[in-house]
Amino acid sequence: MSDPARQACIVGVGETRYAKWGGITDASERGLACQAVANAAADAGLDVHDLDGVGSFADDRNLGVLIARDLGFRELRYAGMSWLPGGGGACGAVGAAALAVEAGQADAIVVYRSLCQGQHYRFGSAAASVGQLPKPGLTQASNLLEAEMAFSLPFGMFSAPIAYAMVMQRHMHLFGTTSEQMGAVAVATRAHANRNPRAVMHGRPMTLEDHQGSRMVAEPFRLFDCCLENDGACAVIVTTAERARDLAKPVVRIAAHAQGAPGEYGWGPFLDTNGSDDLYAGGGANVIAREIWAKSGMVPGDVDCAQIYDHFSGLVLLMLEAFGFCEKGEGGPFAESGALAWPNGSLPNNTHGGSLSEAYMHGMNNLNEGVRQLRGESTSQVEGAETCLVTSAAGVPTSGALLVRD
Amino acid sequence: MSERHFPDLMPSPGVTRESLPWWEAVLQGRLVVQKCNACGAERHPPCPCCARCGSHDVGMRDTEGTGVVYTFTVVHQKFIPGMPEPYVVASIELDGTDGLRVVSNVVGVEPSEVRIGMPVEVFFEHMSDELVVPRFKPRR
Ligand SMILES: [Zn+2]
Repeated sequence: MSDPARQACIVGVGETRYAKWGGITDASERGLACQAVANAAADAGLDVHDLDGVGSFADDRNLGVLIARDLGFRELRYAGMSWLPGGGGACGAVGAAALAVEAGQADAIVVYRSLCQGQHYRFGSAAASVGQLPKPGLTQASNLLEAEMAFSLPFGMFSAPIAYAMVMQRHMHLFGTTSEQMGAVAVATRAHANRNPRAVMHGRPMTLEDHQGSRMVAEPFRLFDCCLENDGACAVIVTTAERARDLAKPVVRIAAHAQGAPGEYGWGPFLDTNGSDDLYAGGGANVIAREIWAKSGMVPGDVDCAQIYDHFSGLVLLMLEAFGFCEKGEGGPFAESGALAWPNGSLPNNTHGGSLSEAYMHGMNNLNEGVRQLRGESTSQVEGAETCLVTSAAGVPTSGALLVRD
Repeated sequence: MSERHFPDLMPSPGVTRESLPWWEAVLQGRLVVQKCNACGAERHPPCPCCARCGSHDVGMRDTEGTGVVYTFTVVHQKFIPGMPEPYVVASIELDGTDGLRVVSNVVGVEPSEVRIGMPVEVFFEHMSDELVVPRFKPRR
């Protein structure tokens, strides 16, 4: 760490209302992005005009240079875009913002996600390209992603549930993981959402029987193993410790952050099923786990709560294993033991309701909740929480951040 | 005429300089993998260069066309009219390739009977005179 006065902190978190897919029709995605950024600035006690950086990840449609202009930033000194795919990128974008404020490139950077999926085709779905050709034949790929998808789309691997179902099927084969164990993740998360009025699934309780009774999407994933699809936006603001201490809310420091994957991982199993069992059924998160523990000097037992990206219930298990909260292959029994459930679990997880039950914001909302836990503002508050691990998605090159109360 | 399992409306592959030889081989009824002409390293999907030795002199070699199911899922959603429902997407580990895998389908068996480790063999589904897609059936 260079200058302690410049150490990166998160000072503002904000969001718009969250609604079901297509549920927001009175604002554009761009307009929602602006609302979320303004709400995060207000939360911090910052004038939105004093923000001087924008960050995002994975082909955000809502171009940062335009959002900065829309909101009237006086200057733009940082405009960062992470290569990490979709669910892998939220923590990486915040980590990059942290590096930028620590280096003095900018002083107050906002990272955001806005989604109005009813107004655009769904991120992570190939549906837009299905049935577009007059007759089957070879076409010219227009970019590298399309080139890679040539080895999955013609075989009907159309969506993320299909790709990650295959990963979990392998995990079940290797370790005996069960549908009920994945259900334990989904049920705990739904219970947290039912305490959080922002959650799309607030007021919709779910039991393990409900989970087991939900329709099969791609085996072993049932409907309630899969994340929601939502409209809304959320944002976090990163600034220096020195500035943070003059602002409105308790200060949350970014003690460590990391991004990446093993070199051969590529885009992960969404496109390519090669690699060892460790790699394929491990979610590729071992690199960020190693980096975060090394940089922070902490161990899993030091963490009070977690916000682990839950695009699919089962993928949470892979991330828990990668970070060493349990042994490899033991994620299922760990979840089944109640470890992830507030208030009695050893590692209350996704205390806002996550992507399964609060809102699918590509994991940005996990950062908002991590900050709220350390401020004492969560609707499922872990008593005396001082440390929270936030991660992006297992199964793609990903990222994570260890947040601590100042 | 060869048997058909998937409809014309299935997405067609977008190809590049790297992947065109793979699809051209399939069109001729050959399932191939990329092989480095300098050091012999094999990989899939095809890439511009060899990750092991750095050579850009890469080609294709024929495989045996047999393998085992490494993992799979039974998909219960209907994305396109005419698709089988449910259908199986699988990762096939190809025999004789040091564990290289291709994403494909397993047909000719009840989806509920597909298992990890099941021996399979390739067949070629003629989608049109310009596109052939390799899929798999249980090995006889
Ligand atoms: Zn080579």
